[in-house]
Amino acid sequence: MADSESGFLRIIGDGADVPDGAVPDGLGDKDLLELFRWLVLLRTFDLRAVALQRQGRIGTYALYWGEEGTQAGALYACEDADWVFPSYRQNAIGILRGVPAATVLAWWRGYGGEYGFYNPREHRVGPICVPIATHLPHAVGLAWAAKIRRDRLASLSWFGDGATSEGDFHEAMNFASVLKVPTVFFCVNNQWAISTPLHKQMATKTISEKAAAYAIPGVRVDGFDPLACWKATRDALDHARAGDGPTLIEAFCYRIMAHGTADDPRLYRDESETEKWKALEPVGRMSAFLHRLGVLDDDKEAAVRDEAKTTMAQAVTDMESIEQPDQSILFEHVYATGSPWTFTEGLEELRAVERPPAVKPIGPQPTSRGTGEHDLPPEPPQETT
Amino acid sequence: VSELTMVEGLNLGLRQAMAQDDRVVVLGEDVAQTGGVFRVTAGLLKEFGAERVVDTPLAEAGIVGAAIGMAVYGLLPVVEIQFDVFVYPGFEQIVVHAARYAWRTKGEVPSSIVVRIPFGGGVRAPELHSDSPEALFAHVPGLKVVCPTTPRDARDMMLAAIEDPDPVIFMEPKRIYRAGRQEVPEELPFDLGNGRKERKELLSKARVARDGDDLTIITYGPTVPLCLKAAERLAEERSVEACVIDLRSLYPLDVDAIVAAASRCHRALIVHEAPRMSGIGAEVSSVIHERAMLDLEAPAMRVTGFDVPFPQFANEDDYLPSVDRILLGARKVLDF
Repeated sequence: MADSESGFLRIIGDGADVPDGAVPDGLGDKDLLELFRWLVLLRTFDLRAVALQRQGRIGTYALYWGEEGTQAGALYACEDADWVFPSYRQNAIGILRGVPAATVLAWWRGYGGEYGFYNPREHRVGPICVPIATHLPHAVGLAWAAKIRRDRLASLSWFGDGATSEGDFHEAMNFASVLKVPTVFFCVNNQWAISTPLHKQMATKTISEKAAAYAIPGVRVDGFDPLACWKATRDALDHARAGDGPTLIEAFCYRIMAHGTADDPRLYRDESETEKWKALEPVGRMSAFLHRLGVLDDDKEAAVRDEAKTTMAQAVTDMESIEQPDQSILFEHVYATGSPWTFTEGLEELRAVERPPAVKPIGPQPTSRGTGEHDLPPEPPQETT
Repeated sequence: VSELTMVEGLNLGLRQAMAQDDRVVVLGEDVAQTGGVFRVTAGLLKEFGAERVVDTPLAEAGIVGAAIGMAVYGLLPVVEIQFDVFVYPGFEQIVVHAARYAWRTKGEVPSSIVVRIPFGGGVRAPELHSDSPEALFAHVPGLKVVCPTTPRDARDMMLAAIEDPDPVIFMEPKRIYRAGRQEVPEELPFDLGNGRKERKELLSKARVARDGDDLTIITYGPTVPLCLKAAERLAEERSVEACVIDLRSLYPLDVDAIVAAASRCHRALIVHEAPRMSGIGAEVSSVIHERAMLDLEAPAMRVTGFDVPFPQFANEDDYLPSVDRILLGARKVLDF
């Protein structure tokens, strides 16, 4: 394993000055290819979603370009029975667990109910969490319950650097450590919470060191390295399954893109700084690594990319084939059993007037400071390989 | 005098308050460097510096709680909650502490904070960015809850809220942030520090948005422009002249204005975007029935959001009160 700084886990080098580490035990060639397939699918989803937003076919979208390794790497380390709890930045993680990509796209298009939501139990994937850090206690509670029921599964939650400022993060960490809950806190430290840089978010230099306050292991990895993310997560899950409790993983990376499609980072950071991080992005890096290993060649890679494009093309078709949901969707599933009388009256009221025209999914666009101009943030970079 | 949007009116109010009184500080997520996700605090960092305009860590309980502490020391913090739903982690601080500080200190140390909350739907926002939580706060003794609807009120009420020693929950209808412009004079509506009367007026009195004697429509925030449209339709289609009352203050309610309008018109309709159950409309309706019943020709009725989670945005227009639904409600009251 290459270890470029003390306590910083990195496996994939740069093919030049930074040497590659050994492929971690537990990952065969098939696994490496499958993990690459996951990375490419996530990347393709993200690029497609941004394009759809630009075209007014979905609403505001929170992009994750560059963070695919933190998602696919961590998920690949999980067993099928393990539960994962994503934030909105990991909005597409469910597609690697059987959630149709069209469902996630439909969520961004403003559809709820059967179109935009999924059953967490079916996929062992929590609902996409929009507020900050509020899903962490859920991941703790779920794994705690599994422990009570003597089931050997663990849970994992993703969140950002900003989330570590919220009380829910600390409460979840404390619960998990006191109760020795088999869970993994996977922090994607991309160094930006919308416009707030890391040094305004916390006084500590690292996030992993916060683990010390809860007497649990804190691990720091290269967040652009999918194999480092895999290795750290696998170790943390082994630790959890051994009955030793939670781990805090800090995947150090950079938010190369805007916070979301309504955000314009040029207002608050020097985008030339951003450029230097792009070279580290995980999909191109994993591809180059696998080429160096001889596991991947151009033909195989083209096939993987084609497959992802086909999957996403179908997903877009499926998403756009959904008709504007009926008004009754407002009143569905609010309660598991039955509907109060207010719902009946509400629907009657809606039916008594002409229905408003279908909503165009064009959400707020980025607004420059003061001028009221509508600038678009930089386009996502093209594929690097 | 310049023509301002509501966002610009709010910005002007903040700027003027900060210029007049160096105890005023602005804190929240992304408020300094970017001027807030809605740009309400744009330019304040440059003008007043990083000590008074602060990008805080991402922690609403921390933001509100720290503001309470700052106010105890004598500063006048204005807190921005980025979106409606994100206020909930700060709820305990608001309800348990801000609302009770005056009471627990024999009136000596009120919690002089303003909590700004952009709220409501209609902007095609992602899930959990469109709630209308104002009734939750109006239910809490010790808080003032206000909601400006015009750029001029936005500026004037912002100054009044900062001037007011009590904690003010300042609801900002984000859907009409940039919906229109209105002349806002540069002159302050009152001298800061000496605006007791004007402050009270701005933070407890309703505004008559349209005159009429046949029906009173009582509303606030994002539904005010819709009620005005509905009133025009009623005038054209039925020769009914509706009075539209923009409440401005949700706590305390302007009971005199509500009762006077309901008594004069004999018919009342209440409109808001928030869910109906235990909403502001229920309270307004009670006030009308308790105090003007003998003047009524029909029970007051409500057109509101439904008692459901705010829907995903493809269906938000089904949820939001529309002109047609307001007219339907008006017909029920008029034809009772």
